Amino acid sequence: MEFLKVNHLKVYYPIRSGFFRRVVGHVKAVDDISFQLNRGETYGLVGESGCGKTTTGRTLIGLIKATAGEILLEGKDLAKLNRRERSYHRKDIQMIFQDPYSSLNPKKRVLDIIAEPIRNFEKLSPQEEKRKVQYLIERVGLHPDSIYKYPHEFSGGQRQRIGIARALTLHPKLIIADEPVSALDVSVQAQVLNFMKDIQTEFQLTYLFISHDLGIIRHMCDRIGIMYRGQFVEEGASQEIFNNPQHIYTKRLISAIPNVDPRKKQEQIKLRQHVEKEYKLSWQRYFNAEGKAYPLKRISDTHSVAIL
Amino acid sequence: MSNQPVLQIENLRVSFRVHDAYYAAVDGVSLNVHKNEVLAVVGESGCGKSALALSIMGLHPPAKTKLEGKILFHGTDLLSLSVHELNKIRGKDIGMIFQDPLTALNPLMTVGRQIEEGMDFHLSLSSLEKRGRTIELLERVGIPNPNQVYHRYPHELSGGMRQRIVIAMAIACHPSLIIADEPTTALDVTIQSQIMDLLRELQQQMNTGIVLITHDLGVVAEMADRVAVMYAGEIVEMADVYTLFDRPLHPYTRSLLQSIPSAQHPKERLHVIQGIVPPLQKLPRTGCRFRSRIGWIDESEHEEQPILREVEPGHFVRCICYKNFHFPHDHIGDMKYGIS
Ligand SMILES: Nc1ncnc2c1ncn2[C@@H]1O[C@H](COP(=O)(O)OP(=O)(O)OP(=O)(O)O)[C@@H](O)[C@H]1O
Ligand SMILES: Nc1ncnc2c1ncn2[C@@H]1O[C@H](COP(=O)(O)OP(=O)(O)OP(=O)(O)O)[C@@H](O)[C@H]1O
Ligand code: SF4
Ligand SMILES: [Mg+2]
Ligand SMILES: [Mg+2]
Repeated sequence: MEFLKVNHLKVYYPIRSGFFRRVVGHVKAVDDISFQLNRGETYGLVGESGCGKTTTGRTLIGLIKATAGEILLEGKDLAKLNRRERSYHRKDIQMIFQDPYSSLNPKKRVLDIIAEPIRNFEKLSPQEEKRKVQYLIERVGLHPDSIYKYPHEFSGGQRQRIGIARALTLHPKLIIADEPVSALDVSVQAQVLNFMKDIQTEFQLTYLFISHDLGIIRHMCDRIGIMYRGQFVEEGASQEIFNNPQHIYTKRLISAIPNVDPRKKQEQIKLRQHVEKEYKLSWQRYFNAEGKAYPLKRISDTHSVAIL
Repeated sequence: MSNQPVLQIENLRVSFRVHDAYYAAVDGVSLNVHKNEVLAVVGESGCGKSALALSIMGLHPPAKTKLEGKILFHGTDLLSLSVHELNKIRGKDIGMIFQDPLTALNPLMTVGRQIEEGMDFHLSLSSLEKRGRTIELLERVGIPNPNQVYHRYPHELSGGMRQRIVIAMAIACHPSLIIADEPTTALDVTIQSQIMDLLRELQQQMNTGIVLITHDLGVVAEMADRVAVMYAGEIVEMADVYTLFDRPLHPYTRSLLQSIPSAQHPKERLHVIQGIVPPLQKLPRTGCRFRSRIGWIDESEHEEQPILREVEPGHFVRCICYKNFHFPHDHIGDMKYGIS
């Protein structure tokens, strides 16, 4: 059984207008996507700004209501849970956010920030609570005394690790990480990425890793879905997609990654020009008249592409 | 005279007043930019890249900033000019491109008018000439339907289009120098690559010198002819782009290169640079500034007051101890307490 299965998920935002705020149309932020996560893997969602990555993530943790489709966690349809089951499911899925500066309450001590989710679920004595928070804070590589400090006393990478510690308090099974390192310097990025890999094994976590940075996605993910305007254009094993991209949009994304070898500069520019030409010439093969991608078609056990 | 650099910075120190004391964010930087050359300045957040860029443009608040040293633009020291004289150069002979195109654009004015405004200030052209030139510029920076876009307001354009408008403004008066501070950081990869390709193309057509500030080593590799690596207000290494990527010497440069995910070895553990760039008031002012971040190197290996030396033609390194530098084999460094 798949750990998480998403079937034909749609999320539309209403566009309102006029005096009566009447709904005059919809932004189809997520428009029929299906994918699954296996236990313990890292699945990457990639695509350009506005393609629907965050909307997908927020819908999975229940912050946004799906317009249509199913989300099955270990076989259970999340939309059909009763109240008690739903609060349980809340514990199983946690989210880490992009901005380590605004996602932590500046007026609270680290102890209270991390203990907050526990307080909603468990009745612990202050002693037990402190011990638990110190255990977590040590696990994310910070000094146990840091629990009495405030967020501004930490660097960006440390703050992001505090956010991760908070996400871990309720022993979640799935962590949705929405651009967890985009706001960080390369050196700090490395720290957080290494760390996420370490705790993945230790806590048996499954990750949904959202990013627009393909270099980081390649580094972190086992499988990926490439999103374009609310749909998938390509999906499958990360290796296969990076080494053998099939959809023109994927090719375009991959060729746009700056190459860290200055000797490949000309080659890279040529590749981009070539892909850009193909993009203009063969548009119709990849997109329908409304500019939407076609449904995914399986081309191997581990690779699907949206072509006719 | 044709070999004279467009820009020559000599021993520049930029200090900011915090409470009652001045602290140098740029501390003794010297560099040259020639015509038709892209010099990239890289380094972590807070190491003084923008402070350097803004000082070339004379955009620091004068009451809170102290500038020492020389910034020679075609031989003229910009630091000795009056605001009036500087205004004649700024925007005409020196173009600027910043990270966030919205801050550079006036939200209340159509983009066509904004481009023309720069020309009004620096050139005397009839309105017809200006209009023609603006449309031509819009075309040149790859804007489709320039006649329509001319009448648009910034908020009606996408981020990539706005950055193209900013570039059009920067090149409107054929500058011989462009200062670009993180020009693609806020953009999607595909747009970033288009903007990089555009900048390179324009630079080659116009023989402009460019100071490109970025923290992205991929952008450096694709764009730069020469690279200056900055750490804590100082240049720690400077070389042509091939040398820098083939034979990086300074521990900081090598650490930076090791910390990015590589296409060749995906999934490998990344190198973590311990600690952080210290805030301005806490920067060590004596000895080596990077020392505390490579704690596994024996004290005796360090130089007392490392100075920038030319170790091979055109390759400068602030260190003699690079010879024995090594990375720690275990990665225990990752998990070390960052705060005590
Ligand atoms: N609350 C909302 N109301 C209306 N439209 C929205 C809302 N939130 C997002 N959208 C729109 O839905 C689309 C998808 O947005 P989403 O934030 O999911 O994109 P994203 O892939 O996360 O982009 P980014 O990389 O910029 O974070 C966009 O067109 C966005 O403008
Ligand atoms: N006006 C100012 N007053 C006081 N300190 C300042 C001022 N501007 C910058 N600083 C400090 O000077 C140092 C260098 O800042 P600068 O903006 O040049 O960094 P940067 O390398 O451009 O970083 P980033 O990559 O984040 O843009 C930092 O410690 C910063 O906090
Ligand atoms: S003295 Fe040399 S080796 Fe030591 S920290 Fe400084 S630059 Fe590095
Ligand atoms: Mg998002
Ligand atoms: Mg800056």
